Amino acid sequence: MTDTLNETMGAIGRPLRRKEDARLVTGNTNWTDNIQLPGTLHMAFLRSSIAHAKITHIDTSAAKAAEGVVHVYTGADFPGQPGSTCVWPVTDDIVLSHYPVICEDEVKYVGDVVAVVIATEKYLATDALDLIDVDYEVLPAVVDMEAALAEGSPLVHSDKGTNHCYTAPVPFGGNYAEVKAKADVVVTRRFINQRLIPTTMEPRAVVAAPMGMTDEITLWTATQVPHVLRVLLALLTGIPENNLRVVAPDVGGGFGGKLQIYREEVLAVLLAKKLGRPIKWTETRSESILTMHHGRDQIQDIEIAATSDGQILGMQVHLLADMGAYLQIITPGTPLLGMFMYSGIYKMEALDFKCTGVYTNKTPTDAYRGAGRPEATFAVERIVDELAAELGMDPMELRKKNWIKHEEFPYTTVEGLTYDTGNYEAATARALELFGMEELRAEQAVRRASGDPVQLGIGISTFTEMCGLAPSRTLGALKYVAGGWEHCTIRALPTGKIELVTGTSPHGQGHATAWSQIASDIIGVPVEDIEVIYGDTGRSPYGMDTYGSRSLAVGGQAIKAAGERLVEKARIIAAHQLEVSPDDIEFNAGTYSVKGDPEKATTIQAIAFEAFTAHNLPDGVEPTLSGEATVDPMDFSYPHGTHLAAMEVDTETGKVKLRKYVAVDDCGVQINPMIVEGQVHGGLAQGIGQAMYEGAEYDSNGNLLTASMGDYLIPSSADLPSFITDRTVTPSSTHPLGTKGIGEAGAIASTPAIVNGVVDAIRHLGVNDVLMPTSPQNVYRALQAANKGGAA
Amino acid sequence: MIPSAFDYVKATTVDEAVAALVAAGEDAKILGGGQSLLPVLRLRLNAPSTIVDISNVAEIRTITDEGSSLLIGAGVTTDEVANNALVKAHAPLLSMTAETVADRAIRHRGTFGGSCAHADPAGDLPTAAAALDCEFVIAGPGGRRTVSAADFFVDFFTTAVGPDEVLVAVRVPKTDGWGAHYEKFNRTAQAWAIVGVAALVKVDGGVITDARVALTNMGPKPIRATSVEAALKGQPATADAIKAAAASAADGTKPTSDVHADAEFRSHLARVLTGRAVATAAGV
Ligand SMILES: Cc1cc2nc3c(=O)[nH]c(=O)nc-3n(C[C@H](O)[C@H](O)[C@H](O)COP(=O)(O)OP(=O)(O)OC[C@H]3O[C@@H](n4cnc5c(N)ncnc54)[C@H](O)[C@@H]3O)c2cc1C
Repeated sequence: MTDTLNETMGAIGRPLRRKEDARLVTGNTNWTDNIQLPGTLHMAFLRSSIAHAKITHIDTSAAKAAEGVVHVYTGADFPGQPGSTCVWPVTDDIVLSHYPVICEDEVKYVGDVVAVVIATEKYLATDALDLIDVDYEVLPAVVDMEAALAEGSPLVHSDKGTNHCYTAPVPFGGNYAEVKAKADVVVTRRFINQRLIPTTMEPRAVVAAPMGMTDEITLWTATQVPHVLRVLLALLTGIPENNLRVVAPDVGGGFGGKLQIYREEVLAVLLAKKLGRPIKWTETRSESILTMHHGRDQIQDIEIAATSDGQILGMQVHLLADMGAYLQIITPGTPLLGMFMYSGIYKMEALDFKCTGVYTNKTPTDAYRGAGRPEATFAVERIVDELAAELGMDPMELRKKNWIKHEEFPYTTVEGLTYDTGNYEAATARALELFGMEELRAEQAVRRASGDPVQLGIGISTFTEMCGLAPSRTLGALKYVAGGWEHCTIRALPTGKIELVTGTSPHGQGHATAWSQIASDIIGVPVEDIEVIYGDTGRSPYGMDTYGSRSLAVGGQAIKAAGERLVEKARIIAAHQLEVSPDDIEFNAGTYSVKGDPEKATTIQAIAFEAFTAHNLPDGVEPTLSGEATVDPMDFSYPHGTHLAAMEVDTETGKVKLRKYVAVDDCGVQINPMIVEGQVHGGLAQGIGQAMYEGAEYDSNGNLLTASMGDYLIPSSADLPSFITDRTVTPSSTHPLGTKGIGEAGAIASTPAIVNGVVDAIRHLGVNDVLMPTSPQNVYRALQAANKGGAA
Repeated sequence: MIPSAFDYVKATTVDEAVAALVAAGEDAKILGGGQSLLPVLRLRLNAPSTIVDISNVAEIRTITDEGSSLLIGAGVTTDEVANNALVKAHAPLLSMTAETVADRAIRHRGTFGGSCAHADPAGDLPTAAAALDCEFVIAGPGGRRTVSAADFFVDFFTTAVGPDEVLVAVRVPKTDGWGAHYEKFNRTAQAWAIVGVAALVKVDGGVITDARVALTNMGPKPIRATSVEAALKGQPATADAIKAAAASAADGTKPTSDVHADAEFRSHLARVLTGRAVATAAGV
């Protein structure tokens, strides 16, 4: 097409193919591991194979003498040096931990770093690990959270005198004891939200290099958070922030696992400075499974109180959250990110919330796709199903009776959040239509009546979540040490091409395409003329990075504001060129024209050139054409949806099969529906992964039993049905583009849908819970226990 | 990770391979399709001094019709075992078992001989070989010898193949006229078997006249469920009779416990899956 104006009109809402995919899919791109600098030295880590031990002796002499080895460092070389830090001390009396860059005298989990070899080749660095001689005095390990809190438990940090990290009681609305007293029905359950391993396709990788004659150290790292990381690296290493540049090149998946400051990053920077040479490390899959932070791991004691006709009155939520051996960036805060979500989409009078963080001799936990909200959504959607069963009510009817009605928005929940918009009725109606509920219920009845070995269950999840982190004041009130704003600069280059500089950085989400679509609509330049620049503190100096489905919800606002400022500046120049007042100029799809005289017109590209030459600018207007904005969001965003799952359970083998999955999501305005679809699919796979396949397991000595992908199972496309998806569109009223987040919704919604479906299939056999993952053995055990209880 | 350094020999004949093993001593390893050996090397669970690559040995890559049996070269890929017309016609148990192994890419690389020589207790092809009463042709410095399936599989990852020997071929008796089925139980599409059951059943006039049942991952090596075989003989080919016979499937087995299943659950699965495998093989 030659008509650029038509082509650029309405880029928002188009399912454009992602511009970045060809290079990402072929790998012919800037993965950190593809970076090769002359003179690079390689790191290899000796990691503890024991969960808890004193290091009594360490001899590195043979390794130091090995071929290619430049040096071997131990904890003694970095006394007191932290390798990570916690930016969210959630209570005043929280027990913080020191996470050493290399362990000095004690190891606290399998995978803890004992020594690092620096060699001229990665092979030689790895070979030398075998030559390091370490003597350990094994200490008792504590693996189980309740055991860790018991009197006389071995201590992860003996100097702290306790494994209790913090207890955060939160005084949410209402008085739970009072509503419980007037309730007809109280249902209590203990749910185990098991530990998960993020499993990014690209493992962690770093290259740190001193930059020539300057004092600058550049760190390329597979991270989600280059900006936050730069600040923290400066604080932890003492290297002035202005001398540090952090680049997140192309990053292959994060899911929260790369929202972190890792000791390997700190060491790379310290050693690049110390040795004056580039330092490189790419982890193995085994290292990744063991030492990228883990997610979830909560024991959830949940109680719900209701009237006999199904009016929910209140909930009590008591959590134990496993911190692992050390606190990392937001370890203690992660479960609290979910605390506002325990009432879900339901109206209730009271919610009592308490969370206790516990140290154990395991890999530290932290954010994993959804971070706290999947745990909350799981708990509320599971307990609502249990309440329905207790009341003998249809689980969907119970939900309808209690959810916030469309006309009740904006609605302030019992936790004090104000949901701006939502339409649970519309999403549910659409989901039911796509699902074929009546036929499936009929089939279920037939299978039950005939005693078919394969039973059918229907799982419901009507969820909402809060994303788009976050209004800075709210974060401050929660003791989080940073803000939640986002930045964008849009520069029009002299030739009419556009550079869009964003503080968010993708790790597979398609920002380069989606951000171009937003800017294209606002400034009227074709999508392909817009270059999105991100992930480099040298090129995009301001930003709060990508996590919590914030890139569009918050970053999108900054793009809009920056684009509008650019358009306004160009309007003044256009008016000057066309010799009218700015008020007489109309702007449409990249063209400025005089009102009532459309022949008198100029384009934004032409103005960009004028602003560059600056030969004929109006008085008081500075040369160059750009727009810049840093935006603090008004509020969180609240995507929602209705997900339905048809689950087959083989009662003889315990095998569960996901037969049909319907996901109707409402993420407000969709910038690119194809990208939304991709996010939904990926999120579903991960949420279903938690429900059916995944789970990190440790033995009583703290050894990770699921330390390979043969034992830690993640679903592949062969294990999943074709998802049936659709969207309803209820624009957000607190986000100027009308958008909400979609990056985590699938992972948040799907887990309870699956488990509710599995339980529904075998509830008539006396089962009212199945541990996650709903593996054959866990289903078999649940059936066995029900049989023993005589319920079948 | 990265394997430790090793010497590499590419053999073009079986004799060359044997000579290379003898020359290298105990620490040498044959490389077949590499789908089990390479992971072991990369995880540094083993560090052989010499790798003898037999992927270019033409003699071990053919399938020959010997009349009452097929001779399948050790280097024939799992994919070829799954799709070869002779195997499908005369040893369908083997082809259908091969089809359940790992994923397409791995099946195209991994070999029948490698799978048997590796003898992973969760391996599928060894179980089919045990049910089929295969014979294994092994070449060593002293010449060639033939070993029965019962003697070939010795223990966890241990077979009758000595350190200086090469598995050359597997002789698979034809099972024309038998019903066959391999029932594999796993959690994700390309995962190893938690339990697997290979069944061969001969039915005559509605009566089971002969049956062979072998189990995957119910002990250190493939196990023949002899009591089930005995119980099936002479029974009517009905669901109830088969279920009753399958009740003894776990007798005498020694399953391990791991994150996917403990020994008790494996035993339960063996009984259920044996019933299903035999029923399918018998066309019930
Ligand atoms: C992800 C994954 C999933 C898998 N899933 C399954 C599965 O579901 N079921 C299953 O059965 N297998 C599975 N496998 C294993 C696969 O089938 C292997 O190919 C097979 O076990 C080994 O065959 P190979 O030719 O690759 O042997 P190699 O890896 O080359 O060798 C394996 C061992 O056998 C020895 N060896 C090989 N050939 C000979 C020979 N001719 N003579 C003497 N010794 C020899 C080697 O020295 C080595 O010790 C899987 C593998 C992977 C990587």
